Amino acid sequence: MKIGVPNEIHQNECRVAMTPNTAGRLQKLGYECVIEAGAGARAKFSDDAYRDAGVTVVTDTKQLWADSDIILKVRAPEEHPGLGIHEAELLHEGTTLISFIWPAQNEDLMDKLKARNVTVMAMDSVPRISRAQKLDALSSMANIAGYRAVIEASNHFGRFFTGQITAAGKVPPAKIMVIGAGVAGLAAVGTANGLGAIVRAFDTRPEVKQQVESMGAQFLELEFEEEEDGSTSGGYAKVMSKEFIEAEMTLFREQAKEVDIIITTALIPGKPAPKLILADMVELMKDGSVVVDLAAEQGGNCELTSPGEVVVRHGVTLIGYMDLPSRLPTQSSQLYGSNLCHLLSDMTPEKDGNLTVDMEDDVIRGTTVIHQGEITWPPPPIAVSAAPAQTAPAEAPVAEKPQRKKSGIKFAITLIVAALALLGLGNYAPPEFMQHFTVFVLSCFIGYWVVWNVTPALHTPLMSVTNAISSVIIIGAILQIGSSSGLIMILATVSVLIASINIGGGFFVTQRMLQMFRKEE
Amino acid sequence: MNPQLLTASYLAAGALFILSLNGLSNQESARRGNLCGMLGMAIAIVATILSGQVGGFEKLFPAMIIGGLIGAFVASRVEMTQMPELVAILHSFVGLAAVMVGVSSYLDPNAHFTGADKIIHEVEVYLGVFIGAITFTGSVIAFGKLKGIISGKPLMLPGRHWLNLVALLACVYFGYVFLTAGSHGSGLYPLLAMTVIAFIIGIHLIMAIGGADMPVVVSMLNSYSGWAAAATGFMLGNIALIVVGSLVGSSGAILSYIMCRAMNRKFLSVILGGFGTSSGTAVDTEAGEVTSTNAEEVAGLLKDASDVIFVPGYGMAVAQAQGIVSEITKKLRSKGINVRFGIHPVAGRLPGHMNVLLAEAKVPYDIVLEMDELNEDFPDTDVSLVIGANDIVNPSAQTDPNSPIAGMPVLEVWKAKSCIVLKRSMASGYAGVDNPLFFHDNTEMLFGDAKDSMSAVLQHLD
Repeated sequence: MKIGVPNEIHQNECRVAMTPNTAGRLQKLGYECVIEAGAGARAKFSDDAYRDAGVTVVTDTKQLWADSDIILKVRAPEEHPGLGIHEAELLHEGTTLISFIWPAQNEDLMDKLKARNVTVMAMDSVPRISRAQKLDALSSMANIAGYRAVIEASNHFGRFFTGQITAAGKVPPAKIMVIGAGVAGLAAVGTANGLGAIVRAFDTRPEVKQQVESMGAQFLELEFEEEEDGSTSGGYAKVMSKEFIEAEMTLFREQAKEVDIIITTALIPGKPAPKLILADMVELMKDGSVVVDLAAEQGGNCELTSPGEVVVRHGVTLIGYMDLPSRLPTQSSQLYGSNLCHLLSDMTPEKDGNLTVDMEDDVIRGTTVIHQGEITWPPPPIAVSAAPAQTAPAEAPVAEKPQRKKSGIKFAITLIVAALALLGLGNYAPPEFMQHFTVFVLSCFIGYWVVWNVTPALHTPLMSVTNAISSVIIIGAILQIGSSSGLIMILATVSVLIASINIGGGFFVTQRMLQMFRKEE
Repeated sequence: MNPQLLTASYLAAGALFILSLNGLSNQESARRGNLCGMLGMAIAIVATILSGQVGGFEKLFPAMIIGGLIGAFVASRVEMTQMPELVAILHSFVGLAAVMVGVSSYLDPNAHFTGADKIIHEVEVYLGVFIGAITFTGSVIAFGKLKGIISGKPLMLPGRHWLNLVALLACVYFGYVFLTAGSHGSGLYPLLAMTVIAFIIGIHLIMAIGGADMPVVVSMLNSYSGWAAAATGFMLGNIALIVVGSLVGSSGAILSYIMCRAMNRKFLSVILGGFGTSSGTAVDTEAGEVTSTNAEEVAGLLKDASDVIFVPGYGMAVAQAQGIVSEITKKLRSKGINVRFGIHPVAGRLPGHMNVLLAEAKVPYDIVLEMDELNEDFPDTDVSLVIGANDIVNPSAQTDPNSPIAGMPVLEVWKAKSCIVLKRSMASGYAGVDNPLFFHDNTEMLFGDAKDSMSAVLQHLD
């Protein structure tokens, strides 16, 4: 089958759906690749580079659409300015289109595509399950956006990120707050940390704390009484309670006074972005500070963001770019292209260049929004939890108190029972037995302390040495061996024999083992 | 030798035995501890022989010398991977000796107890023989299971709990007959009957326990052998025996407790057996894709890492891969890579089994750490390498409350940047639970015999 990659016509879109590298991988799957001339130019891939990778470069746009069985794109189809025709109209029956679609926001487009009787796979609809991570284009793009957000911020920020002591004096490090520790947030944290800034991050989902800390940032926590967990089974955040939001605002207000750069990445699926940085907080920020709003496309996390633009308000630069991945076109084309390769490789099990759409496969089912002219979006939900299942740690502190009381009562009861038992024993048992019993009980206590002190690494030698010393039972047999009774004599001799094996074997093997334990030479 | 001096000798022996266990608290003092144990044993034996109550030297010395030589010979030949078997069979000897000493003590015509003394003495005999008998056959079965002579699968007789209970009640009944037997000697038959029943209980009890629960079983039998010795001590009125018996008894009990805690299971449920047969609840983890890798890539990963943690399991012992693992460790450390070993308490078939194997392979013990010591370090680790372990690195113990191993502490190998699992095939572990670790994105599987795989990795390290 033939894969066609047309020029991206969206304004300022620099990405391309296939790079010379991914073209090679697609050819290994048995596909023939065709690209429109100049499609990779803005991502710094020349037509010659494609030709070297075995890709046919064509100039006729219409021809490319007409000849291809599979069309790979970045942006959803739209009105073609040069041809004066909608890209959807260029698709012929039976074609498979793979690109970003955003079916929820683009109903008209969905209808148009449906009318063409084609199959459409939306890269924005890949299910969020671990198996599908390698084709999760949203994550790859978010990663790039997070990186680019820090670069944009540094571009508009008038100082170093890292603290330095120079001959001319001390330079304080920049302080950065990242809100939302999703893929983009974590990428931003990592990048900012790499540049030497002091990074703090906030998220409503407490389980991401470890991830944030592993990237080198401090995790900001709310002073908030109730346990509230903002994660959903899909791994995204949800809308929080009023009290929670108030506590959140207090935290942000406090941080706004302190930090130099705020990067917001908070999104709730299917809802406008939550307003987290209000006008008064921007006012509180120092002059020259920067806010990068990655949620600009969904209305922005900051009240004053102007989507798509850079504006200065109250002396603070607000960056509202919506095309951050496209501003790193070489990288994002490569990653997006790789995501497409993984998808196509899943859909080409025989590696023979024939595409199969397996609607039984959860991942393919979720990604396919139109199947042979039928709208198959939204897909049935898949029950998978991206977050670890909740245990109930919150209950533990509550339960602790009565338990301690209970254990106190238990201890008292044990003492009383022990006292009564000893009393009874003392009353009836003969004196000699009591002596032995004293030794026995005290030895048990000593054994308890001594054995707990044994390092776990020596548990095997412990077993063999206890084995050896328990053969001191031999003295019982020694005392009987001289008996006049033949039976006793035989039993005793056998006992001495096997107990001796045990003594010899136990001590010897213990010594052998202990000699092996050595420190570094 | 007067009786006071004899008692003083036993006291010294008892104190030396305590010191010998105390010495095991760390590796440096451990050898001295073992010497204390030997000295204690020598004092106890010599004092007994010199006590003037002993005859029959012509049988005593040959038996002791032959026995000692056999023991030393076996001990010097045994492979460290076979330690569990050796320990199990040695336990059985203690059990058997306790039975024989108990029976002969009862038959001893010189013993003349009356009244409460007589009852107490007979109870001691009865208990000593009972515990000794269970220890004996139980240990023999454990030995067979560890050796592979007997199938490691738990034997599940119908109504086996009832069988045990009936057998136990029968022992109590024979105990009553034994104690109320009129003439001396007529109690022998109930005593022997009980011994046979206790033999059967021992067999049945251990037959019902699966192979991987053997660490608990062996330490439990260790404990039993101690209690048997203590009962014998009471019977003979010997302090050294009582001290040793209670030391060993508590030692085994604590080890069993540690093992059970490490599996998050109740002691009773281990002893009653049958684990690993039910398939548990349906595993609803989505069976993802397994990424398999090859030795060259693993070697590359290891070379590029700065922190590596090896997690060995029973599979390493089976494949005898510890020597190669040690070579790899040496090579990596010479490149300045921080290599450590993470040991789960129930890894292997004996408490501390992995430590002994690694020590034998000359891995320095200060880089061999317990689970609790390094479990928090996995997020900072570049590569975690799992060698023949399964359940002890299963993340579903933490995430899936329905899993049969839910709540069991596990080594969090999946938190390392990449995780490599050496495995023979995709079979599930002892607990019969699927391991979602294998489907993790950062997990790669290196299939094949652990020794062969590690040798191949070693070759590519140069």
